[in-house]
Amino acid sequence: MGQRIIVIPAYNEERTITDVVRSALKFAERVVVVDDGSRDLTATLAKDAGAVVVRHAVNRGVGAALGTGIEAAVRLGADAVVTMDADGQHRAEDAGRVFDRLAEGDVDFVIGSRLKKSEDRGNMPLHRVLLNTVGNILTYMLFGVWVTDSQSGLRGLSHKAARTIELRTNGMESLSEFVKEMKDKRWKMAEVPIKAIYTDYSLSKGQNFFVGVKVALKLIFRRFIG
Amino acid sequence: MHAIQIVLLCFALFAMSRVLIRYRRGGMRVLHVFLWLVFWIAVGVVAFHPDTTNLLARWLGVGRGVDTAMYLSLLVIFYLLFRSFGKLEDLDRQLTRVVRANALREMEEDLAGKKECKG
Repeated sequence: MGQRIIVIPAYNEERTITDVVRSALKFAERVVVVDDGSRDLTATLAKDAGAVVVRHAVNRGVGAALGTGIEAAVRLGADAVVTMDADGQHRAEDAGRVFDRLAEGDVDFVIGSRLKKSEDRGNMPLHRVLLNTVGNILTYMLFGVWVTDSQSGLRGLSHKAARTIELRTNGMESLSEFVKEMKDKRWKMAEVPIKAIYTDYSLSKGQNFFVGVKVALKLIFRRFIG
Repeated sequence: MHAIQIVLLCFALFAMSRVLIRYRRGGMRVLHVFLWLVFWIAVGVVAFHPDTTNLLARWLGVGRGVDTAMYLSLLVIFYLLFRSFGKLEDLDRQLTRVVRANALREMEEDLAGKKECKG
């Protein structure tokens, strides 16, 4: 027990995965890469870089991969879990800061927020800021909790939260589902400002308007029916 | 009798035969068989005697029988779409559970294998 584990969901990320795993290992005892049915060398490269690799036989989406990764981390004896994107947009030292915040012991859930302080927006493109704001408003309307970055992939869970979280959606909408879980299970939350690194590569991988609409519909469905 | 009536009647008969065949193979619940048969018999009756929809239309307060049939069919279609959507979501979740269970088992076997090698 007492391990810090970083979980990285990855789908066709052979370009970035080696560097991401190596830098993550500086801030955690273990790194779990969930290879979400990639058709490239993601799994092999992640393993060579020192990660424990969990392989989805078919692509199930980032939410499903996060669920698998968190469960794997719990089985490996994680005391705290931090999730991180595989496309290189997060800095490993920010994952370290999320671990530090969890270690203070008064919160169960930490969001690494790219928008916590406006000067930390860094080079987040304006359309991303807008999309994020819509995500935040929708998250607030559906689940009644205001967070400054509902779509951030860098977040931390205490042992208790990692053990009890239940993600039912498979795609990007699961990022808001974390917030629902936090509210339902009465976890205490904190936000830690982080800096995102936007490259053309990471921008091509993330959300766009149409993904956003799909995510919104699924969330509404999840809230009222599913 | 118009051509459209013959087409509709034939289709209703075909649909009923499919329902019965699926039931005989054990793929359908009795309640569903009953509901589908009632539905297709109603389609057959309306095709044969279009005037029956006027009775229903008058009773419901809709102007024309054909309009009533349209409204009702839309209702049925939306309901079925909604149900299929829910079913798909269920399947999606179940598939994730299977994929996840497999992935975790493989990880544990991998790690156990490594330990044995070291030991």
